[in-house]
Amino acid sequence: MPDAAKPLLSVRNLKTCFFQDEGTTQAVDGASFDVFPGKTLGIVGESGCGKSVTAQSILRIVDRPGRIVEGEIILSRADGSEVDVVKLKANGREIRAIRGGDIGLIFQEPMTSFSPVHTVGTQIMEAVLLHSAVGRKEARLRGIEALRSVGIPKPERRIDEYSFELSGGLRQRAMIAVALASNPRLLIADEPTTALDVTTQAQILDLLRKLQQERGMAIMLITHNLGVVAEMADDVVVMYLGRVVEQGKVDDIFHDPKHPYTKALLQSIPSIDSTPRVKLPTISGSIPHPFNRPTGCPFHPRCESFKPGRCDTEVPLLKPVGEGRTASCFLYQ
Amino acid sequence: MTNGDAVARKSVLLDVKGLRKYFPIRRGLLQKTVGHVKAVDDVTFFLNEGETLSLVGESGCGKTTTARCILRAITPTSGEVLLSDRGKVLDVATIPKSELRLLRRQMQMIFQDPFSSLNPRMTLLDIVGEPLLVHGVGNAKERIDRVVEVLRLVGLRPEYMRRYPHAFSGGQRQRIGIARALALNPRLIVADEPVSALDVSVQAQILNLLLELQDKLGLTLLFVAHDLSVVKHISERVAVMYVGRIVETAPTAELFGSPRHPYTEALMSAVPIPNPRLRSERIVLQGEVADPANTPPGCHFHPRCKYAQTVCREKAPVQEEIAPNHFVSCHRARELTLRGVASSIS
Repeated sequence: MPDAAKPLLSVRNLKTCFFQDEGTTQAVDGASFDVFPGKTLGIVGESGCGKSVTAQSILRIVDRPGRIVEGEIILSRADGSEVDVVKLKANGREIRAIRGGDIGLIFQEPMTSFSPVHTVGTQIMEAVLLHSAVGRKEARLRGIEALRSVGIPKPERRIDEYSFELSGGLRQRAMIAVALASNPRLLIADEPTTALDVTTQAQILDLLRKLQQERGMAIMLITHNLGVVAEMADDVVVMYLGRVVEQGKVDDIFHDPKHPYTKALLQSIPSIDSTPRVKLPTISGSIPHPFNRPTGCPFHPRCESFKPGRCDTEVPLLKPVGEGRTASCFLYQ
Repeated sequence: MTNGDAVARKSVLLDVKGLRKYFPIRRGLLQKTVGHVKAVDDVTFFLNEGETLSLVGESGCGKTTTARCILRAITPTSGEVLLSDRGKVLDVATIPKSELRLLRRQMQMIFQDPFSSLNPRMTLLDIVGEPLLVHGVGNAKERIDRVVEVLRLVGLRPEYMRRYPHAFSGGQRQRIGIARALALNPRLIVADEPVSALDVSVQAQILNLLLELQDKLGLTLLFVAHDLSVVKHISERVAVMYVGRIVETAPTAELFGSPRHPYTEALMSAVPIPNPRLRSERIVLQGEVADPANTPPGCHFHPRCKYAQTVCREKAPVQEEIAPNHFVSCHRARELTLRGVASSIS
């Protein structure tokens, strides 16, 4: 890493598996990356690549029958101490102080992540009351302040409304207000704009950028939308079937991709500034079923640079391919 | 509404005029109608033979309702949907139900979600063969032959036709949906968000397939979508909708290069471009999309429009042809200079 700064969060060789009757699914299979203070890390990948499970692992909220099998998730806390989240008890006091305290989380579906039977205010105050030693009155004021800071008009009134009374964009803003209520140093945003329209998406991305500048928090942005990543991220991690295939600065990833998957993915998206009605290069085949994981490099059945005897037998490791960037491909090893 | 130049309208397949669909809001014990959701509110456009027109807009703007009215899956409140059929012009909106089936052979639909639009208890043969059965085409043997033919056409192996949809991936299922739409050899295909439920790497495969099929079969495509990058890729002309009305219709390159309606400008500026070197200043629209049950007076877009003047608040703009084939509904279309999309990557 070229950054001299110490990472805020450092994930090493994380493996999260789901143990089901039909077999074991390796949702995350040896992912490693760092999140730096004040920076935005974009995690990109298609469905089933393990990006959401990675976020759940960091907060230790992986649903059963899933669990973290191996790896380290080192979080440096506000007091300078370091803690390995993997070693904590999944419902212990320490992890509960981290969830919503050190790390805030925004979900994709603002509709389903709010409780419909509690007001927005109750749910923001819950976060404030859990993480700071304040009374209800003060918590309510902070809740109103949080709603105002995310650009919700008339927060004094909105705080007593229910989530279904808000529009999609306002609901996502309220979600962000809950996540930010206790001043986290890392915000994990799991597909924060996927359920929103483009103009609302632009508003939310704008808001996230503004809040990051004001508070200097780090953002881990999980998305499948390469446009959103290009616009928001400083660093990018590309995942495929639970593995990090490439990692680097946003400009390097988009303008000089190394891994065949990253290259193919970038070529296959129609861009608003590309030539219309020409055939798009495609990635052959489709994402394999998790029970049908290919041997060796998980991308080899769809890869154009596939080398028989190597790619289908050995698993490539993440190795440096330039300054501050790594890729897991035998082309560079 | 102007008629456009003669050349552009010579081979019009579909002509939609003043289409309206109001859904009643019923309340109370007697279910009294207390208002209307104006899902589609005076929509006018035409579709030439063999071309692709995209209908874009945000959720709730009425693009799907428009598509459904054209197929008469729902009956429009008023307006005309004129389909030309071998020299004759038929109004889909008012034709008696008994004659509708004949018309439907000419127009088919592709749905958004390849998971819920295929019956899990039917095999591919049943699914793709059903339109043939409903319309009484051929005997059993001929129907199987036709199914084999269309499956090949969409890039699926005919051997799979005894299998059920669950055995296929999302992209393959969307191909099944396309095969079903093609079975009757229709002239018009209405595709409602056909790629938005798919992964990016699969999306490209389906877009390529649609372009290829159109070349091969001379299909006319009405493409309903919200993703502007996809729309730009596939269409020859684009119509932009906002709260039940079409605000702008133009050839693709012209619309993206020099939009004439402020909403089009804002919409295009909001699309994130997958190029970190092009992080430009965005126009971030303030406020919310208007409620179609309680639309603002005048131009529907005026509460969010930075160019709005008094006239915009009072009078609804009329669609006019500002340049050949470029229709805009904006009072200030002729005076404003708006920003399009950067056309090249540096």
